[in-house]
Amino acid sequence: MSPRKKTFFARLMEQWPLQVIALMGAAWLIIFSYVPLPGIYIAFSNYKVTEGVFAGAFVGLKHFSEFLTDKNLPNVLINTLAISGLNLSIGFVVPIIFALLLNELKNLRYKRMVQTISYLPHFLSWVVLGGFLISWTSEYGLINQILFQLKLIKTPTYLLSDENYFWGVALFSHLWKETGWNAILFIAAIAGVNPELYESATLDGANRFQKARYITVPGIAPTIAILFILQSAYILSSNFDQIYVLRNTLNANRSTVLDIYTYRIGIQLGRFSYSTAVGLTKSVVSLILLLITNKVSERATGSTFLR
Amino acid sequence: MRKKRIRLNNETPFDIINVVFMLLLMLLILYPLWYVLIISFNEGRDAARGGIYFWPRMFSTANYLAVFKNGKILQGFFISGSRAIIGTFAAVSFTGMVGYALGHSHLMGRRFYMTLGIITMFFSGGLIPYYMLIRNLGLRNTFWVYIIPAMFNFYNMLIMMTFFRSLPKEMSESAQIDGAGYIGIFFRIVLPLSMPIIATMALFNGVYHWNDYFVAVLYIDSEKLLPIQTILFKIVAESSAANMLTQINLPDVVAQRQITSESVKMATMVITTAPIVMVYPFLQKYFVKGIMIGSIKG
Repeated sequence: MSPRKKTFFARLMEQWPLQVIALMGAAWLIIFSYVPLPGIYIAFSNYKVTEGVFAGAFVGLKHFSEFLTDKNLPNVLINTLAISGLNLSIGFVVPIIFALLLNELKNLRYKRMVQTISYLPHFLSWVVLGGFLISWTSEYGLINQILFQLKLIKTPTYLLSDENYFWGVALFSHLWKETGWNAILFIAAIAGVNPELYESATLDGANRFQKARYITVPGIAPTIAILFILQSAYILSSNFDQIYVLRNTLNANRSTVLDIYTYRIGIQLGRFSYSTAVGLTKSVVSLILLLITNKVSERATGSTFLR
Repeated sequence: MRKKRIRLNNETPFDIINVVFMLLLMLLILYPLWYVLIISFNEGRDAARGGIYFWPRMFSTANYLAVFKNGKILQGFFISGSRAIIGTFAAVSFTGMVGYALGHSHLMGRRFYMTLGIITMFFSGGLIPYYMLIRNLGLRNTFWVYIIPAMFNFYNMLIMMTFFRSLPKEMSESAQIDGAGYIGIFFRIVLPLSMPIIATMALFNGVYHWNDYFVAVLYIDSEKLLPIQTILFKIVAESSAANMLTQINLPDVVAQRQITSESVKMATMVITTAPIVMVYPFLQKYFVKGIMIGSIKG
């Protein structure tokens, strides 16, 4: 008696425990992901907190055109692209270099120790790290003290109070926190390179640098390509927790990124309709970027992350 | 012979530089944390004078005593701890069960369930409609706002489902012949074989719940329900450091002048970070594997 011959009802009875669980998952998804979706309507209307979601008068694309002509938009966009751009360039290359250097360590116990310690900062919350960073970068904090002792600076400055240092602090704190963690996939990819290639290269007289250059790097190139493409789709998104913790009124000019701006005008200033319009614009652009990068990835590496 | 010479001439200097470089890198990670640790164990007013680099100058546990005597902070740790334990258990078991169910190719409506989930990875209503949903569900100012909205994650479900599907089918099939049902097979056969993915997911969810501060910023007004990270966030970001002692009601200890708001802040942060830092090295082999499964799927 093959499963095909069973009736619909018999099959359902046979797998009812699975169906109950799957329906519970579907119910969760519908409540927490689908029910809020129609709320997007407030981006096209004048929503008031005292009224219902659909009570506001329809105003079409008013909030969107207001956003595109917002005098803050150029600055917010520059900040967003600058911080994402730094993370996507320097922040992307450093973990690869770290993985390649780690791979060259010969003592396995040492290698393991370096790896374990490199993960440590990833587990700190941004709140705690933000608190540490405020202390480290303060006038009499660790960084200023060290630079002063090394005679690299004459007068200490609180780095987070000067808007010109903000992008740098954002990049370096990101590198400090995530380099080891982001290297995990590259380390795994390096371990997956065919060892026979190294053996035959050794027979041909290649040294370690040549092996790294001509075997390891091409071997992990697909991993590098797909991760880069995937990350570049999120260029309009920022690490909200990081920026939110590090920002203050003195560096606001360089720290107000799109996600922070949306949150501030929405929740803090109460302009719900406008904030939702800004968020929706960002989602639509991100979705388009994701579809484009998925196509690029399909052409370049033959694999896609959407199906 | 020739190989040996190459090693001596070309590779050894690089090895030494590399080992030293990695040593410096570890120092770059560990020293700032060590600095925080010694400040937290130093007498507060003395630490404010600066110049402490390697070891506490005036060793003191007053900062930690101040933290442990403070009802508000202890309550914060209690909330964070309950949230991490209950939230992690709820998320891993619920997401895992759904992953197990959707892992069966013969599940009726499987394509529908998967599509329902995949769509949510690309569309969301945004912050304001979501806020209104939480409010309408009556979750604002309840402990459950931490647990229920974080119980399920479609991406994590995909990772767990991929793992379950990679397990050998023979054992489940023979258990089925012996009369075990789906639930019995899940608990007696699938779960024991899935410890790597369970440990990874438990770590990720546990870290999320322990480190998150923002859910409470959005949805909690009652001070009694604030997790430690949100209390810290308010101290760090919303008020100047000088305010901390009044924020957490510590006038009696301030009077004795043994601690400063800065040193108590450091002690609180050390206690907040300690549990995770002590746990993660033991789970390392699991989460590396878990991340790789995620990347293959993702």
